[in-house]
Order: sequence, then structure tokens, then C-alpha cells
Amino acid sequence: MAYSTRPKNALSSPSDQGNCLLKAENLHKRFVLHHQGGISLPVLEGVSLSVAAGECVALQGFSGSGKSTFMRSLYANYRIDSGSIWVKHQGEWLDLPQLPPHQLIEVRQHTLGYVSQFLRVIPRVPALEVAAEPLMELGVEAETAHDTVRELFTRLSLPERLWQLSPTTFSGGEKQRVNIARAFAVNYPILLLDEPTSALDATNREAVMQLIEDRKAQGCAMVGIFHDDEVRERVCDRALHF
Amino acid sequence: MLLVTEQAPLLTVDSLSKSYAGIKACDRISFDLYPGQVLGIIGESGSGKTTLLNGLAGHLPLDGGDITYRDRSGTLINLRTLPEPQRRKLMKTEWGFVQQSPRDGLRMTVTAGANIGERLLDVGARHYGNIRTEALDWLSQVEIPDRRIDDFPTTFSGGMQQRLQLARILVTRPSLVLMDEPTGGLDVSVQAKLLDLMRSLVRTLNLSVILVTHDIGVVRLLAHRLMVMQNGQVVEAGLTDQVLDDPRHPYTQQLVNATLIP
Repeated sequence: MAYSTRPKNALSSPSDQGNCLLKAENLHKRFVLHHQGGISLPVLEGVSLSVAAGECVALQGFSGSGKSTFMRSLYANYRIDSGSIWVKHQGEWLDLPQLPPHQLIEVRQHTLGYVSQFLRVIPRVPALEVAAEPLMELGVEAETAHDTVRELFTRLSLPERLWQLSPTTFSGGEKQRVNIARAFAVNYPILLLDEPTSALDATNREAVMQLIEDRKAQGCAMVGIFHDDEVRERVCDRALHF
Repeated sequence: MLLVTEQAPLLTVDSLSKSYAGIKACDRISFDLYPGQVLGIIGESGSGKTTLLNGLAGHLPLDGGDITYRDRSGTLINLRTLPEPQRRKLMKTEWGFVQQSPRDGLRMTVTAGANIGERLLDVGARHYGNIRTEALDWLSQVEIPDRRIDDFPTTFSGGMQQRLQLARILVTRPSLVLMDEPTGGLDVSVQAKLLDLMRSLVRTLNLSVILVTHDIGVVRLLAHRLMVMQNGQVVEAGLTDQVLDDPRHPYTQQLVNATLIP
């Protein structure tokens, strides 16, 4: 299969004004359920969003309105039917749907982080390793990666006795903190957050809000789904309504 | 390893085809594989996935298509025109094949140590002490106790036999490993240990892997990318999470929906 090294429509990539890092243009996405009568569900019909460095945008709307589909499309987890998702990767604008798989993997490793709602646990692998994995994939030494993760675990008050255990048996809140540490260990320029505080108590929610605020101050562009009004009002600068 | 953009593909497969008695087992299959990538191939029995793997490894003659491999010196090699002696050498050094049945991948009549040493002898190692040291090292990497080195594989459990197959192949530091249902027939707990070991070996050795399986859990855990095959054709391909979370083709939807925890 021949892929061009640059997206075909590189000429129409976004201009650099306003320090924009992520620009979704006119996204359309429908789901066709072949085994349920071939029913077609249009979920996104022309959604656009630009996010600048240091900005956090909330995706708001009732369940089923398409905000999760939009967020997953931004990560190229869901494949859109039409539209562009421009991501500034190492100084260059790339349109995610146009990228061959190996480049998309690279953009996810370096530039585009995603905190999923649920942690995918791997049997036998300790929490410390799970959270250190993205850093190790970037070639960071194990010891350095573990130090970064230990610091985050401490900030998130994850009890030290759990660090060497597989998260298989962890509570929802403990798994969620491992997941947050995993995503925040790498300094992604763009971070997508899918209900990162849904299973946390007030203290840990506060710790996560501080992490988000720190990252924003460092210039990270964020998009998040937050059901908790207090969290959303505090960390988000504006909202996109669905 | 880090900036894969800078790298060229390790393997390029273009329009590979193979028919049996007029039935297309592999119908114009094309893909690229980059260093360090694990490509999963899923599909039901008869979809052509095992034929594809055996065709790539040269275990059966192909009807058409090109397979280009970039060897360690950076030279592009056309595998379909490569003379047999060179092809065999490549398969014993830079390539490895993990069989579904350990009986096909191991020699059951020689010891575990000899199974590992054999590939080294094939590539010219002659010093007995070095070969034994190397064999011990690989046994420990695949979590088989040292004291089992002089035992025959017939005395090993199924999971240990699969791990010995891995050691036998990895001893020559291959760049590309082909695997045919490596966890098939193993208990779930034994599978988990093997999968975990394969995950860590892929990263530490920067292996590229083509993994044929019908187990969605295995590809979710190991594969970066996924191709779904049905009736000899690739019906859907993408990053593993794309294909499993947003399956588009009717067959992929059926496969994912039939899985308890996809």
C-alpha cells in the first residue's frame, strides 16, 4: 500500500494564528449496524472545534448527544466519515484521518494523550508498569519513568502498597487514578479527558483538578467531558454544546 | 524506534494471491509492516489467514504478488525471487515462525538446550560453552528454570513448550516473527503468562510480529494494528482500537459483538 508522507490536502492546513494546537473541521460520523436491520445512526453532523494552547474546552450535552463520539473521533479511535482533524505534531500540521497507521501511532505517542473512562487492565502487570508504559514507549529509561509515575501516584494519594500489584482487583477510583497517572506521565501537548473524576472522592478530585490546571499553565490544549459541574466550571474556559 | 516516520517499512506485501482448486484463499493482500509493530490478523477458520502466514514464510508456493523484506544491512530483498538457500538462511536468522502446535516448532527428541542451540549451530556457532550459556540465558528470559535445560520438551507443559519455541527462535535475534495461534489450546491462566511475556519481548527486542489468531482478546493486548480477513480478502484494517471499538464491516461487527469482553 502506498501512502504519501504528507496528507494530500496539506495546503489547506490551519494557519498558526492564536496558538491553535487542535482543529476539528466539519466532522461527520454515522454508525451503520449491519446486524440490526442495517440501521444507520447519524451522530456527528458537521461538528467543528479549535483548541489553543493552555485552553480547556468542555464537551456538554445529554447522554447520547454525541460528545463521546466526538472525543473518540478526535483521538482517531472512531473513524469519521468526512471532515478534518488537524493536530500540530512537532511543529507540523497533520490531518489524522489521512495518516497511515504508523504515523498515527507516533502522533498518539508524542502529541495526543487520552484519558479513557475505564482502565484496560492487563493481568500480571503491576500498576507502576501500567502507568509507566507510555513513557517507556518513548524510550525513557525505566528508572526515570518509574520516578515520574511514583510522583504522580503520590499526588493522587494512591496507596504505596498497591503500586506493585496488578490493578485487576483495584476499586473504580483506584483504577481511575492509575489511568490518570498513565496519561499525565507524558507531557502531551494535547490531552483528551473522558470523565476523569467520575469515580473519585472530593480530595482526589481536587488533586486531578490541580493536575489539569498545572498542565494548562504549561500550555497543554485540552478537551474534556466532565459530568461534575464544579470540576467543569473550574477547569474549563468554554464549552461546546451538543 | 522512536521516530518511526523516519523509517522505511520492514516488510511490504503487494497483491499476494493464492488459490486452492479455484478457491481464492488469499485474494490480492497488500500491507506494510514497520519495525517494532505487531500486526494482528483475525478471521474465522478458512478465511485465509494461515495461508497468508505460510505464504509469507515460503511454506507454500504463491500464485502472484510481491513480498519485499528489508534485511539488517538495509538491502531490499524480493522474497519471491530469492534463491532457496538464501531464503532458508533468512528464515533461520532474521525471521522466526512460532507454530500453533509446539510439535511443529520444536524437535521433541532433543533436549530444551539443544532446541535452542540448534538455531545457533545453523548460523555457524561452534563453541559448546557459549551455546549452552546462550541457551540458559534464553531459558531464563522465557521463564523456564535453568535445571530444565537437559530435559526433553515432551516433559514440558503446553505453556512451557510455547515459551521454549519462543526461546528457540529469539536466540538468533530475528527482526520479524510470524505467529500462528500461539496461545491456542492453552489454559486461560497459561495464556496470560505467555501474552505478558510476548508483550515485554516485543518491546525490549523491538520485534515486528505478524500474529494470526481468532482470539480478539489476544490482539487487543498485543497488536498495534489489525487486519480482518474473510473469504480470502481483507475486509477491514486499521489500528487495533479503531477496528475493535468502531467495527464497520458486517463481518467485523459480528465478530466483535460475539465477544464477551472485546
